Amino acid sequence: MRHATLALALVSATALGGCSEGVLDPQGPIASAERLLLINSTAIMLVVVIPVIVATLAFAWWYRSSNTRATRDTDESYEGRVELVIWSIPALTVILLGGVIWIGSHQLDPRAPIPGNVDPLRVDVVALDWKWLFIYPDQGVAAVNQLVIPAGTPVEFRLTSATVMNSFFVPQLGSQIYTMGGMTTHLNLFADKPGEYHGFSANFSGDGFSEMRFVVKSVPAGDFETWLDQVRGTGTALDDAGYAKLAKPSQAVPPATYRSVEPKLFERIIDRTVAGPRKVGIGGAYSPPPHQAGG
Amino acid sequence: MLGRLSWAAIPFNEPLPLLSGAVVGIVILAVLVAVTAKGWWPYLWREWLTSVDHKRIGVMYVTLGLVMLLRGFSDAIMMRTQQAIAVGSAQGYLPPPHYDQVFSAHGTIMIFFVAMPLVIGLMNFAVPLQLGVRDVAFPVLNSVSLWLTATGALLINLSLVIGNFARTGWMGYPPLSELAFSPDVGVDYYLWSLQISGIGTLLTGINFVATILKLRAPGMTYFRMPVFCWTALAANLLIVAAFPILTATFLMLLLDRHLGMHFFTNDAGGNQMMYVNLFWAWGHPEVYILILPAFGIFSEVVATFSGKGLFSYRSMVWATLGICVLSFMVWLHHFFTMGAGADVNAFFGIMSSIIAVPTGVKVFNWLFTMFRGRIVFRTPMLFAVGFIVTFVIGGLTGVLLAVPPVDFVVHNSAFLVAHFHNVIIGGVVFGALAGINYWFPKAFGFTLDDRLGKASFWCWLIGFYLAFMPLYQLGLMGMTRRLQHIPDPSWRPLLLVAEAGAIVIFCGILCQLAQLYVSIRTRERRLDLSGDPWNGRTLEWSTSSPPPAYNFAVLPRVETIDAFWYMKRTGRHPAEPAYEAIEVPRNSAAGFITAFFAVVMGFSLIWQIWWLAVLGFLAAATVVLIAGWRIEREHEISAAEVAQMERASEVRHPA
Repeated sequence: MRHATLALALVSATALGGCSEGVLDPQGPIASAERLLLINSTAIMLVVVIPVIVATLAFAWWYRSSNTRATRDTDESYEGRVELVIWSIPALTVILLGGVIWIGSHQLDPRAPIPGNVDPLRVDVVALDWKWLFIYPDQGVAAVNQLVIPAGTPVEFRLTSATVMNSFFVPQLGSQIYTMGGMTTHLNLFADKPGEYHGFSANFSGDGFSEMRFVVKSVPAGDFETWLDQVRGTGTALDDAGYAKLAKPSQAVPPATYRSVEPKLFERIIDRTVAGPRKVGIGGAYSPPPHQAGG
Repeated sequence: MLGRLSWAAIPFNEPLPLLSGAVVGIVILAVLVAVTAKGWWPYLWREWLTSVDHKRIGVMYVTLGLVMLLRGFSDAIMMRTQQAIAVGSAQGYLPPPHYDQVFSAHGTIMIFFVAMPLVIGLMNFAVPLQLGVRDVAFPVLNSVSLWLTATGALLINLSLVIGNFARTGWMGYPPLSELAFSPDVGVDYYLWSLQISGIGTLLTGINFVATILKLRAPGMTYFRMPVFCWTALAANLLIVAAFPILTATFLMLLLDRHLGMHFFTNDAGGNQMMYVNLFWAWGHPEVYILILPAFGIFSEVVATFSGKGLFSYRSMVWATLGICVLSFMVWLHHFFTMGAGADVNAFFGIMSSIIAVPTGVKVFNWLFTMFRGRIVFRTPMLFAVGFIVTFVIGGLTGVLLAVPPVDFVVHNSAFLVAHFHNVIIGGVVFGALAGINYWFPKAFGFTLDDRLGKASFWCWLIGFYLAFMPLYQLGLMGMTRRLQHIPDPSWRPLLLVAEAGAIVIFCGILCQLAQLYVSIRTRERRLDLSGDPWNGRTLEWSTSSPPPAYNFAVLPRVETIDAFWYMKRTGRHPAEPAYEAIEVPRNSAAGFITAFFAVVMGFSLIWQIWWLAVLGFLAAATVVLIAGWRIEREHEISAAEVAQMERASEVRHPA
């Protein structure tokens, strides 16, 4: 019975999101666990919700005033045992779910390192207006709007924002996390196999928000080294001046790489000791928001 | 002299807002001209604008909510259309600065100026009648509340043609809403409109808590109050506890914006996380401020149209109070993705799903009320059944969002958008529409057309499913909310279905308007002479429709729950009682005039015309003070007049 319900939930859930590249098509252990949790929680609740819906429609139909066959009992009656049952059903469901929530929250804590036999790759993420900067502190390179990671290696993210609040999210890899100015958040993700996954900001951040997208390229470990060599050999260095230029608001920015990064840039962005994007004084005449046709 | 205001504030180069502003302006002008031509001003002023009668104020609140529904809905259809066309290489017709205003205005208007006026209006109309009393505790204050709410609505709509509205979403999260990132007046429109209407809402909360606690018909103990009054009490306690948080939070943001402080800025020690916490410390109780009265309406409707007392009244009351308390302990579930530790996230996740227990109990109670009942499917009952089915689905997805690791992948997605529309449309809006259909005959003395009412129900129901089921799926496919441009063409078919759903909902709104029009035209045929068109159970049905200004000539004596049902069953129709003189509150222009000056003040604050803001504030404060020190507040209707009015209504309502 339980399996049947689970299978039903699975089938309906796959039918729901089938073709997509979304959260129902996970490509790593975090995303897989989260999908499983989604399906299990749905199944637990459907056990109560489906009978309630069926009973509502059935009662509404059967006890319609024109039905001469229905038994009526319109006297107010009070039934303590029924009352006990109606409190117990949702309570038991929630006790079960409460356990799921407690265990799930601890197992899938974004800060918890992902065990593995390879050393994790460290990536520092900076949300800018309106693009993503990825700094590889151990490799000394950086990229904009593209995140290249080795498949089968845990990735340890430190995240912040040089501008307003954003949320870093790659649905197929799992958990998202906010990026906030002056603060660091932590996230651990893992891609099972090579592939390309979409990432974006999941917290509205202004005019360029819709195009604040990036691509995650999960590559075989050897290819990752090749990519690093390639990056180190081309492009410009990300120094203070380059960062100040990058931090200026821009939209739909194509992917790019930097062959080197100013040391401690991430920390200085958090401390706000490098040139930030914008400053505006108080008062001043009104000017309407910029009108950009197209974009 | 005029602060930041200049000709640059009028968007001459943008045809869309200017055009819609012009259309609205022409409609308002046409109404004003018509009212003047027909000579209705004295009537409107005397009977409505200065009325302090809770029934009139209730009707005006609901009218405000329905008018704003049209505005909020036009924003909705603009968004749906933009998302349906701006796919792949197409950019649509709303560039980001405009699209961002549209979704910000949609959320703000729908919550503060549609849902709130609808539930507060229905509470205003029905609570004193259900309690068997003659008015609320503070009638003039009630009028001030109404007009301050209207002030907020007016200011928000002014932003359409003078300046612009916020582009920060309806939550106005800093630092995006700080001066550094939103230097224009949009956020100021948002903040000041909500500050002013928020004062009105807080006053309503105080008024209704006082009314329910202190004014009840003789014999109406707490556990004999109708369930709607219980839910109204819970909602208003939440207003009193929660709205000051919002006011304080917005005040801090205003200090940041106007005086250069750093409560929520990125630098100088500001912390945006405080705003998010404070906003939702108000925001989650707010959800229950809206839904609890809707639960109350459904409780009345299901019991009445099943011809049965509500199953387990006691459980219903405790469930309501449980939700009231729990609603303050779950706010963090709006931002599990902010990086709190597993213990904190798990605690708030569990607390959030615990709310499903009392809510589930309520659903079972409605179910058992229908069981073995004699169900009459008039429009309100259809909304109730539609609500139960829809709401449990919304509850399910709500509990999913309360599981932190699940939330990590659907937070801020179209799935979330679908969830809260599922509970707000399926719960609050269906509740308000059920309430309007249910109490309309009491308010106006004739019933609403049932056929058009049912047509409107089916459009709303089907439209809701078409519009929002695709969004659940899109959320799982990785579509986040507030996208001005859709990157993935494979999402388009579902977005087109959602667009179709919005159009079906629009048909539902048209049916409602037609229902009003047809019902008014044919009112002679649909008069409610009995005062009790649905065979009701609670005291509002024991007086005539519409009730006299004093509601009850003789205050009813209550001995049980469902007091009127009990009176009807025991057949206690006494001979003509000995009427006594009744004092009713005099009309007061204080609310309307205060609101006028509040508009002046709010507009000046938004545009930083400081001298005018000070003048507006002083004038508004003076009006309130004068009203407060007024000596002659009541007007006495003599016993003879009461007797005469009651006999006249007896003739109209043959017993």
